[in-house]
Amino acid sequence: MFDHFVVPNLLPAAPEIFLALMASAILLIDLFVKDSRRTVTFALSVLALLGCAAIQLWVAVPDVTYTFSHMFVADLMSVLLKLLVYLTVIVVLFYSRAYVIDRGEMNKGEYYVLTLFATLGMMVMISANHFVTVYIGIELLSLSLYAMVAMNRDSLAASEAAIKYFVLGALASGLLLYGMSMIYGATGSLEITAVARQVHGANVNGNLLVFGLIFLVAGLAFKLGVVPFHMWIPDVYHGAPTSVTLLIGSAPKLAAFAVVIRLLVSGLLAAANEWQDMLIIMAVLSMAIGNLAAIAQTNIKRMLAYSAISHMGFMLLGIVTGVVAVVGADGTVGGDISNALDAYSSAMFYVIAYVLMSLGTFGMILMMARAGFEADTLDDFKGLNQRSPWFAAIMMMLMFSMAGVPFFIGFFAKFAVLMAVIAAGYTWLAIVAVLFSLIGAFYYLRVVKLMYFDAPTDETPIRAGLDMRLLISANGVAVALFGMFPQSIMALCAAALVYSHFPH
Amino acid sequence: MDFQTLVFYFLSAILVFAALRVITARNPIHAALHLILAFFTCGGIWALLQAEFLAIAIILVYVGAVMVLFLFVVMMLDVNIDRIRQGFWNYLPLGAVLGLLMVMEMGLVLSSKYLQAPAADAVVPAGVSNVREIGRLMFTDFVYPFELASIVLLVGMIAAIVLTYRGRKPSKYTNPNQQVFVKAKDRIRVLKMPVEKD
Repeated sequence: MFDHFVVPNLLPAAPEIFLALMASAILLIDLFVKDSRRTVTFALSVLALLGCAAIQLWVAVPDVTYTFSHMFVADLMSVLLKLLVYLTVIVVLFYSRAYVIDRGEMNKGEYYVLTLFATLGMMVMISANHFVTVYIGIELLSLSLYAMVAMNRDSLAASEAAIKYFVLGALASGLLLYGMSMIYGATGSLEITAVARQVHGANVNGNLLVFGLIFLVAGLAFKLGVVPFHMWIPDVYHGAPTSVTLLIGSAPKLAAFAVVIRLLVSGLLAAANEWQDMLIIMAVLSMAIGNLAAIAQTNIKRMLAYSAISHMGFMLLGIVTGVVAVVGADGTVGGDISNALDAYSSAMFYVIAYVLMSLGTFGMILMMARAGFEADTLDDFKGLNQRSPWFAAIMMMLMFSMAGVPFFIGFFAKFAVLMAVIAAGYTWLAIVAVLFSLIGAFYYLRVVKLMYFDAPTDETPIRAGLDMRLLISANGVAVALFGMFPQSIMALCAAALVYSHFPH
Repeated sequence: MDFQTLVFYFLSAILVFAALRVITARNPIHAALHLILAFFTCGGIWALLQAEFLAIAIILVYVGAVMVLFLFVVMMLDVNIDRIRQGFWNYLPLGAVLGLLMVMEMGLVLSSKYLQAPAADAVVPAGVSNVREIGRLMFTDFVYPFELASIVLLVGMIAAIVLTYRGRKPSKYTNPNQQVFVKAKDRIRVLKMPVEKD
């Protein structure tokens, strides 16, 4: 009965298996840890993630490897993104430690275990080569995050955010599944590479495919948080405890990028004519609504939520233009591969840069927060320069980078995407993107103005542990340093994409 | 349009109607009853596709679980059971209609006279067991998502416990250490009050 079944090669999935085991073990070990010694759980979680990174480096091969009946794919893109996810989550854990300890309600072992399971979900998403694995990865990530948002049970705002996140997340999953089932109906396969072969061979029901594609793109847009599926982002970012906002706003963006690349570029590239228009509309709307609505905010978490919407819109431009470069005028797939490569690696670079900046900014809010004080309004940043010139300078660098001021990493991220947009012949899109970035610069620079030119309302000195101070300084310096040497990350992104999607 | 297609459209119409009523019914009990109808109809459509294992599973798991959910609704809304008993006759017509619909669906799907598809268009070739095939796939080709689904369920359990468990009520023991270090002013507070005349 099982004669044609080959036992899957577990090696490429070793980091996932290790993390699942470690998370379960930490769940049990934590039962024997007293509340006052929660550092044990924290340390074990960081060690688990470091172990994942070590295993990842050990098992990484430059070829594209499939395992688990083609449901799991390991390629250089997945290796790079997963390593970044481990790093990001470790930094998130360090940043949120003091914040979580100050809030007893959240200082439980489950907080760390759920973080690890969310990380596992992101890893599954990054390595998914099958609609079912994409979906399960997204659910694993979202389910952990819903619980973490609601963990501060006494906060009305957090409960409201969790309910909204849960309901809209379920709706998005429904849309995604509906799209996937329609595409299954059109192509007869759930495996992304097989779907790509079918669509490329053009022996599919076109109407059904496009119908499914619309739902698929809508579901993805929900998860990415781009207009018109962005409603949950401001409420969730604002209502969630800042440490959870930091987690939601950083590492999952890397996983979402991977899923978009896998589904739309690896799977449905041949249907690109269909989805590129949808993405252009969503990108332009996101940049418009994100940047305009952010101006009106007084809460910095809400402002950063709108900024996240606009950044994701900007990132979509890179994915859109990669396809424009590939699809020829007669609708056939072909064209200049190097253009497409530039566009995708610019989008990847953009996501990585955004995650770096977002880590720093939310980390800064976490550092200024104390027990019973959230530091999440813009006014809390007034006169930061007088309280701590060094951290004010770091915040200034982060804000400049988000605004796209040269020479910080955010500038090069925007620059690379714009180059790809212009190379694809979409000059008007580039102009629109620059205009909205200029509008966006206003609210980032307002934070800088508040820090340097206003009198502080709160004279309390900033207290933070040494690890926090060092990490956030490193984060700020990285934003400046990679801004001066963007080629290092850019080359990594390009190499990862070349080996993963354009094998020679 | 052959009979099978007719049955499919009939079931689909009921499914869509039931699903709409689930979200539009104001009465939670009506909504739950329509949800049961929706699941049942869904099972009927699967049976039409010769996926009899899924059809039975959805009825066992979902209809069974929904009954539990229904009880939860009754519990959480603090509905008096006696009042529900009194309302039995009010709910009977709706319940009876829904029940009859289910019986009719079952009859349509299972009345094999019209539904024996010719062997050539059978979705499942003769001699292949649905249950066996699902079991084989689940533990071979789909073992990765299967294991991950178990982790998703674990996360669901952890989340439910984290969000509802409030911890034991602290027992009223006294800490000897704090007792030793107690000072007189911790026990008695002397308040100065102005003397009230008249």
